[in-house]
Amino acid sequence: MSVLTPARTSGRTASAQENFSAWANRHRKWLFAAPAMIFVGVLIIFPLAWTLYLSLTDSQGSVRAASDFVGLENYLTVLTDTERFWPAVGRTLSFTLVALGCEIILGMGIALLLWRPFRGEKWVRVAILLPLVATPVAVGMMWRLIFDPNIGFANQLLGLVGIPPQPWLSGQDSALPTTIFMDVWQWTPMVVLILLAGLTSLSDEPDEAARMDGASAVQRFFYVTLPLMMPTVIVAILLRGIDALKTFDILYATKGKGGGSFHEVETLNVYAYGLSFDYNQYGLSSAVLILFFMIIIGSMWLLTMRKKAVSK
Amino acid sequence: MTLLTEPQAPARQRPQVARRKKPLRSRAYKTFRVVALIAVVLFLIAPLFWMLLASFKTNVDIYDAGKSFLFTPTGENYANVLQRNNYFVFIFNSFWVAFVSTALSLVLGVPAAYAMSRFTMHRSALVVLMARVIPGVSLLVPWYYVFSNLKMVGGFEVLILSHMFVALPLIVYIMMSYFDGLPLELEESAQVDGLTPIGAFRRITLPLSVAGMATAGILSFIFSWNNFMFALVLSGSKTKTLPVAIFDFVSYASIDWGGLMAAATVVTIPIMIIALFTQKYIVSGMTAGATKG
Repeated sequence: MSVLTPARTSGRTASAQENFSAWANRHRKWLFAAPAMIFVGVLIIFPLAWTLYLSLTDSQGSVRAASDFVGLENYLTVLTDTERFWPAVGRTLSFTLVALGCEIILGMGIALLLWRPFRGEKWVRVAILLPLVATPVAVGMMWRLIFDPNIGFANQLLGLVGIPPQPWLSGQDSALPTTIFMDVWQWTPMVVLILLAGLTSLSDEPDEAARMDGASAVQRFFYVTLPLMMPTVIVAILLRGIDALKTFDILYATKGKGGGSFHEVETLNVYAYGLSFDYNQYGLSSAVLILFFMIIIGSMWLLTMRKKAVSK
Repeated sequence: MTLLTEPQAPARQRPQVARRKKPLRSRAYKTFRVVALIAVVLFLIAPLFWMLLASFKTNVDIYDAGKSFLFTPTGENYANVLQRNNYFVFIFNSFWVAFVSTALSLVLGVPAAYAMSRFTMHRSALVVLMARVIPGVSLLVPWYYVFSNLKMVGGFEVLILSHMFVALPLIVYIMMSYFDGLPLELEESAQVDGLTPIGAFRRITLPLSVAGMATAGILSFIFSWNNFMFALVLSGSKTKTLPVAIFDFVSYASIDWGGLMAAATVVTIPIMIIALFTQKYIVSGMTAGATKG
């Protein structure tokens, strides 16, 4: 091809083309990477800087309205707010920890069940895939009907075994656990897929050796498989944990603004969204967001440190 | 031979003992496994099945516990949702936004992932992956301000831009681990045969990466289709996507459960059908990079 082109085009454009091609090839590293990085950079760094700036002002009502620089006042207000902020932190952490704990334990159990091939494997895999791809808002609406205190299937089921009907989503104490249940239903499959990929990549030898030495299945799991799986488990915790901390869709879809009338499911993300778009308190919401971001980065850093320790 | 058999003699008895024990224990385990798997499948499928059933019931039947499973199905909910509530428009909006944002993200993301994989640009990759970590709300306030000044809120452009923000990091992440697994030798031998490095990327690496791009593209399409928060703030009456349309369904005083379940089914069915046909890709995308050290 390249041998034929100079013959057809005039000498000058051909050399210009070649020059460009040589230049492009020499700088392909940045030529390839730059567009995506600029796109993400502009859309992240600028908003992040702006959020940081807004968090130091008393901006509210409209972002366009004049606002005054108030220093760290918003942070002080937020950090001393025991009515909305700290309960939201507590809910965010308990939602994430409980959901993540259930998903990892259940996920590991299901992954172990699926580990060795069996008949009908295809159908089980389909069942695992469906919750994973379902639209979270639609999933929220589905559970709203199932957990409806009067007409929901959940209470019908409880009635069969003689347990009195529960308030589920409409109860002040039961709303958060119910949303955790929804999260577990939707995202355990993702943990299963990740852990299963880890299990299938394990070599059979250590397990086989332990079996020869007479170790029971339970012993083999805790002393052989689990330690080998730790890096994969931490990847699963990392990937799922980030999303669990930021959960918004099912909370907003099932309980609406402010996480319900008593803020039963108001996590940091729901609180910050409400401050920004339901109450237009941009200064305060930006302070909440910066603190929230620090919590996310902090927990990710802890986990990556842990992963490095485990991988060694 | 004789040397080998002698020390094995005592060991030979062990498998015999194990063999005698094994059928009993493994039969118990097999039964347990079957029961447990059925329980898992029921747990995952039953709620979706319930949603599907309710979407074919009249509201009177939904309120009647006696008609949980036996009822005369009606298509009225779907007719309502699709005709009166204009869901065809929302279906098109969701599809269009997901399709364009995925296509553009592939154009930007695949070369970037290639460069980041081949030149091990870990710090640059971190910048792109930051997008996954940041809470979306912190981006929405500045975006909303800028785009409303540009009179772009409510248009497809902003929505597509915001969804690219979800799609691009995902695509870069998946494609990086795909390129990491692709051998260098093919490109190198193509360059020896006279192709430029970019030529080798275009004619050798890209055709070999179709499976990876399919994985990344399908997952990014699904994430965009399911995205709620960005569309909630940035879409207008003409560009409303399906998740927002469903959310608006319940803002009325009393909930039309049958209609709501029909709407929820309309949103989830297309994505589930795609998922069924592309199962292999979704699994490999979800687990990309999970088993690396």
